[in-house]
Amino acid sequence: MIKALKTTTLCYHCGEECDGTEIHIEEKKFCCQGCKTVYEIINKVDLCEYYDLNENPGLKQNKTQRKDKFAFLDDELIRSKLIHFKDDKQSHIIFYLPQMHCSSCIWILENLSKIDPGIIKSQVNFLRKEVSLVFEHGKTSIRKIAELLTAIGYEPHISFNAISSEKVKKYDRSRIFKIGVSGFCFGNIMMLSFPEYFSFGQLEDPSLAKLFSYLNLGLSLPVFLYSASEFFISAWKGLKQKFLNIDAPIALAVLITFIRSVYEILTGTGPGYLDSMSGIVFFMLVGRFFQDKTYNTLTFNRDYTSYFPLGVTIINELGKEDQIPISKLKVGDRIKIFNQEIIPADAILFLGKAKIDYSFVTGESLPVEKSIGEIIYAGGRQTEGAIELEIVKEVSQSYLTQLWNNDNFKEGDPEKETSFIHKVSRYFTITLFTIALSSGIFWLLNDPSKVWDAVTAVLIVACPCALLLSATFTNGNMIRVLQNFGFYPKNANVLERIANANHIVFDKTGTLTLQQESNILFVGHKLNAVQEQLVRSLANQSNHPLSRAVVSILPFSKTLPVKSFSELKGKGVSGMINGTEVRLGSSEYTLGKNLGLPGSRVYVKIGDEISGHFEIRACYRSSLTNVIDLLKKKFSLSIISGDNETERSKLESIFGKRSQILFNRSPHDKLEYVKALQQNKKVIMIGDGLNDAGALKQSNVGIAVSDNINNFSPACDAILDGNSFEKLPALLNYCRKNKTIIIGSFILSILYNLIGLFYAVRGELEPVIAAILMPISSISIILFTTGLSTLYSIKLKNKTNNGNNSKSR
Amino acid sequence: MSAIFILIAASLIVALGFLAAFIWSVKSGQYDDDYTPSVRMLFDDNLKNNTPDKNNTKKQD
Repeated sequence: MIKALKTTTLCYHCGEECDGTEIHIEEKKFCCQGCKTVYEIINKVDLCEYYDLNENPGLKQNKTQRKDKFAFLDDELIRSKLIHFKDDKQSHIIFYLPQMHCSSCIWILENLSKIDPGIIKSQVNFLRKEVSLVFEHGKTSIRKIAELLTAIGYEPHISFNAISSEKVKKYDRSRIFKIGVSGFCFGNIMMLSFPEYFSFGQLEDPSLAKLFSYLNLGLSLPVFLYSASEFFISAWKGLKQKFLNIDAPIALAVLITFIRSVYEILTGTGPGYLDSMSGIVFFMLVGRFFQDKTYNTLTFNRDYTSYFPLGVTIINELGKEDQIPISKLKVGDRIKIFNQEIIPADAILFLGKAKIDYSFVTGESLPVEKSIGEIIYAGGRQTEGAIELEIVKEVSQSYLTQLWNNDNFKEGDPEKETSFIHKVSRYFTITLFTIALSSGIFWLLNDPSKVWDAVTAVLIVACPCALLLSATFTNGNMIRVLQNFGFYPKNANVLERIANANHIVFDKTGTLTLQQESNILFVGHKLNAVQEQLVRSLANQSNHPLSRAVVSILPFSKTLPVKSFSELKGKGVSGMINGTEVRLGSSEYTLGKNLGLPGSRVYVKIGDEISGHFEIRACYRSSLTNVIDLLKKKFSLSIISGDNETERSKLESIFGKRSQILFNRSPHDKLEYVKALQQNKKVIMIGDGLNDAGALKQSNVGIAVSDNINNFSPACDAILDGNSFEKLPALLNYCRKNKTIIIGSFILSILYNLIGLFYAVRGELEPVIAAILMPISSISIILFTTGLSTLYSIKLKNKTNNGNNSKSR
Repeated sequence: MSAIFILIAASLIVALGFLAAFIWSVKSGQYDDDYTPSVRMLFDDNLKNNTPDKNNTKKQD
């Protein structure tokens, strides 16, 4: 009914539907004032090519910013932390702009100097979503630039992290250096070793052989001392924690190879195995590079500091407001916190009405009301108006900070992180030592002169580099494939955990259902234009899916200022507009009594009058039935939702009798549920919002579904693009192949090791055999793993394509 | 035989030259971003001439 009123005009700036036409410049329509402003800024300096490169490149600008939001950037201390280079005239700074999403963004950001002449140069790193700026600090300031960026729709994300560390974050180039150096040395050592290989140890000119081996020794030093250092460091770290990781046997092999080679060269008894040593170091570094080179753009591990404001408004003795960095906050300081800001340190409420949302800290979904004199812990978000607080603990000693420093939140908790290859490498190392020892004993009894040769050769040849290579290349390749399908695992380890999982827990809203699309009807007295504007203005203040849905069906109108706005999660929103109280929400919230009627309903109360309600029926993802049918075969499933029971029958028909479906669960219940399941199962949690954050963290694999992958998503192990939801079964299946491939290539590498060992235990490992075995085994394993994972990815592609076809038919 | 010594020295010097070039290229930031330059090169350089007319005509067709 109301739907028919919608026009299909798209905003020239952001491409969202404009409901009204009153905001326009010439023939260009805008959905809101914010978008229009951006266009005006861009148009004024002739940068409209922005709109030619991509259609509707902008992002919706309906948020109004507090005017002095960036005032803290005027603080000298913060400034000096952010600026990483400064001379008499220029300053260099890097901003992180999460909104960057297309080539138009690159274009506009690299032409910032047109808008602000104080900016000399701007350069974008798109993958990192960073822009590095050079500006004249006489002509412009960081604050001005930050405000300019915000004005054109790219609000810089300046986190506490960025300034709390002393060093300015730089690109880590050391891995590339290491690869380059080891590649260089490997190639040259190989070349200088060729005469040795072809003459089988008897060069015509001994002085030439000597020269070659000394050159090799010289060339191998950078490999041993520089390139291979990370293996030694990682192995040492592992050993210190009494954990034998895969780097330990590798470091041992490299070390033994080097010592034996040096010994042979210095005593003139042989040419050593430096070629093999630098070769494996080179290949393993390449493998690691390949595996880790995924994406710097998505943030998986946001900790509390990324949410903390940088600066805070402080009220001094004279009652004047001032901005200071939060690191300077002292006990006893009086601060002012505005709506939607986070409390940076434990404090006592001094003035104002505090309604604190702790969902992000504790998983508690309902905001807690605090009265004056009560203590408010850091990390809560004020949700109503401005309040004044008095600090009782410094930021670094706050409850939340301590909680986060607790072991549970530390990264790399061993249960979760111990990977299959580390486990295998443990057995591998034990077996290796047994073989080395027994061959040593054997030769001790038979021919003591060969003990040294045999034992070192065993350790050299049995280096598990092939195992490491197979894992790194398989993981790297698979992550890349998964990325193309809209699935972004945090790291390689996630693939393995997915492969081991056997239960999936779904969240409902936003995960199984679509956020934007739902069927909405208004039931009751038809709202007049004024009422519609009131309702829309109020709903516009909230990010709740239901509020967004209400906004989307009401015709566009100017958003009126809302006073004493409050949002109770799971209940509704209310506020005063032009002196009229407007309430939207559940029957309990608006009518004061629980009608218990089925259906997701948003009741509308304007003044004292109940006008009716919006009835919202969830719109499930179109592929849901298919996806669930496929998943049912391999996983046990359950749904846990914070919502009411209305959709139970529908979900039961899709999920079947054997799946557990739970409604009305709090974020904390979700976490507990996952924990209980983990007693005997490995759980994948698929959710989308902050209310799932706890469960996502608790689960073995937390997958966040997001319709815009650059948006906020809670801490998780993997991000799934909402559009790729239908591919989920195929993607999970693909992850399961990971282990198959690694085991396959592991067997292959064992075969090579056996051949090598055959020579080694007899004390006859010629350098040339090692030199042949090493590259052959490495290259064949790389081919094997990439080949196999590509093969599976083709299968994956076919599967997902078939899925699409059958759906379209 | 001495020719070989000279050749080896020469080849090592050449190789070291390449290594130095590589290190320079990494240091100058060429490996930091392997995506943005591919987009950047496609932009028109007509900004300095200030040709808003062209942009407008483009938009109309």
